[in-house]
Amino acid sequence: MSLTPTPNQFDENFLSRLDAIIARYPRSRSAIMPMLHLVQARDGYVTPEGIEVIAEKLDLTTAEVHAVASFYTQYRKTPAGEYHVGVCTNTLCAIMGGDEIFAGLENHLGIENNERTADGKVSLEHIECNAACDYAPVVMVNWEFFDNQTVASAKTLVDDLRAGKKPAPTRGPNSVPTFKEASEVLAGFNDGRANEGVQAGEPTLLGLKIAKGERK
Amino acid sequence: MTKLTPVLSAHWDEKDSHTLAGYQRHGGYNSVKKALAMDPDAVIQTVKDSGLRGRGGAGFPTGNKWGFIPQGDNKDHYLVVNADESEPGTCKDTPLLLANPHVLVEGVIIASYAIRAKHAFIYIRGEVTHVTRRLLQAIDDAYKAGFLGKNILGTGFDLELTLHIGAGAYICGEETALLDSLEGFRGQPRLRPPFPAIAGLYARPTVVNNVESIASVPAIIEKGAEWFASLGTEKSKGFTLYSLSGHVNNPGQFEAPLGITLRELLDLAGGIRTGHTLKFWTPGGSSTPIFTDAHLDTPLDYESVSAAGSMLGTKALQIFDETTCVLRAVLRWTEFYKHESCGKCTPCREGTWWLVQILRDLENGKGSEADLAKLLDLCDNLLGRSFCALGDGAASPIMSSIKYFRDEYLAHLTHGGCPFDPVASTLFASSKVGA
Ligand SMILES: Cc1cc2nc3c(=O)[nH]c(=O)nc-3n(C[C@H](O)[C@H](O)[C@H](O)COP(=O)(O)O)c2cc1C
Ligand code: SF4
Ligand code: FES
Repeated sequence: MSLTPTPNQFDENFLSRLDAIIARYPRSRSAIMPMLHLVQARDGYVTPEGIEVIAEKLDLTTAEVHAVASFYTQYRKTPAGEYHVGVCTNTLCAIMGGDEIFAGLENHLGIENNERTADGKVSLEHIECNAACDYAPVVMVNWEFFDNQTVASAKTLVDDLRAGKKPAPTRGPNSVPTFKEASEVLAGFNDGRANEGVQAGEPTLLGLKIAKGERK
Repeated sequence: MTKLTPVLSAHWDEKDSHTLAGYQRHGGYNSVKKALAMDPDAVIQTVKDSGLRGRGGAGFPTGNKWGFIPQGDNKDHYLVVNADESEPGTCKDTPLLLANPHVLVEGVIIASYAIRAKHAFIYIRGEVTHVTRRLLQAIDDAYKAGFLGKNILGTGFDLELTLHIGAGAYICGEETALLDSLEGFRGQPRLRPPFPAIAGLYARPTVVNNVESIASVPAIIEKGAEWFASLGTEKSKGFTLYSLSGHVNNPGQFEAPLGITLRELLDLAGGIRTGHTLKFWTPGGSSTPIFTDAHLDTPLDYESVSAAGSMLGTKALQIFDETTCVLRAVLRWTEFYKHESCGKCTPCREGTWWLVQILRDLENGKGSEADLAKLLDLCDNLLGRSFCALGDGAASPIMSSIKYFRDEYLAHLTHGGCPFDPVASTLFASSKVGA
């Protein structure tokens, strides 16, 4: 199999978006990370063709691009599920129930860390602190917040995802995006959904409400 | 009377607090107008006079950092905002940006003007899609409103602002690793000197500041350095976000003057979860040595926390009650440091690996008391000897937990494993949220 991309392998829209990313920076090499996110938006992981086209655009070797991609855990070597489910098992969430949730999902889905269900719908990963400790235990789906989870709620969540129900994150858009859609946002392309969802959850507002005398 | 001082968080309870309209309803972007009418050096002086110190962990005076940027050097200057927020326990910048991304954009414009930067970057971690959307939208809207781009508000000041999105690497929060990552390389720390103020992004003079530091600037410009300095303590001035998580009845964000105590904060958070008692806590994230109930009245400012043997760090107060096994908590953090070690230096790359092995054995009741000495020895080799502060952070939870809970480590040996029931620590065990 030839890894050299032929022009028709990548559509015009994709190639022009790569150029748009390069234009954001004073030096082109800085574009490598968003370009990798954009490859994942197209392919669901970092494909050899994706590495090739980035190398070509940035005038780097594929080895140089690969060295960067392999440093960052979000760049995947294998395809993510349509819904990539991350369970926070860093200390605080783990102790608040993250360990039980992770084990419960492994069991429920019949897959282990970094695997994907046979229908391609869900992949599972234990993740590090996601800056939501006041909402522990936390589950992320395509890096959207599902706060204060229990084993039972997390099982319902993955069932809904597999059934194509697109549930709404606790603090996020009105419905959860697919992995590819989320990756496009992470490549820096605004999907127009910023104004969906709440501005803050209750824990975020607790101090303010106490200060205003609205809560004790 | 509450001690709380909502400034950054003052309007987070309004549904559209994250929009341009919501922000401008309460005077948003007025500080840009005021600052751009000042001499840039006067802006730096105001921030110096306020006493604002970096909120990213180290507490370096922000105005002084800005003052280190050489002026009249005919070089490009850069401002880089550190929105990588990945230190375990730290959860303040993320809700701030979700609720009000514009206050950061406004701070960026003022800071860039002060240090004479024409291009600024926000480096956000890659694992927060909705926060990324909110920032992308805020930046778009700020361009459309003429607060970014060419000739801002007709003053002749030009500024481009680029959002750079990370991809899962805690070490990229370390400012020089962040700069390497932003340049398109593997995120590994750089040798200092030269410091970023002299040779930062693209080897140009660069200021790197935390989100909360920069977001505090518009209020300082609006209300003045004296107002800010009147809050807090003698050397730790102003207000800040304290984040309480874990075994408290009501976790959340509390914006208060520096120097508030855990006892006071616990009171606001409804206390330790009902029927339980405080065992240990982190004052500023997992990299800061743990505290116990002996530190309930330590003022949470930079000096007092240091004097008590820890660090204020990111003011991430992770609270653990008596159901929690300290060894389990420390092992999990150590596994994190091992996973996130960038591999550049030996004490950290090898040391964190060995620490995990020994702690795992101890958790399973294997080993002997001599292993505690071995752990401390390895920590000694990390602390102050690693290439960057990640290594110091890895040593902190181990050294401090052995100091306060040596017997509990040993109990694993006599018990032949962990004497705690992990289910007793979970939220569901005491749940208000429901099974
Ligand atoms: C391993 C490591 C991770 C860090 N992560 C962050 C981070 O996520 N956000 C942050 O602002 N500072 C972080 N820092 C501190 C930065 O290196 C730097 O001190 C800070 O961004 C400076 O901003 P400030 O002066 O406004 O606090 C980290 C440091 C280390 C050693
Ligand atoms: S201390 Fe760890 S993270 Fe820091 S440079 Fe050394 S190996 Fe990398
Ligand atoms: S420990 Fe899970 S979000 Fe912080």
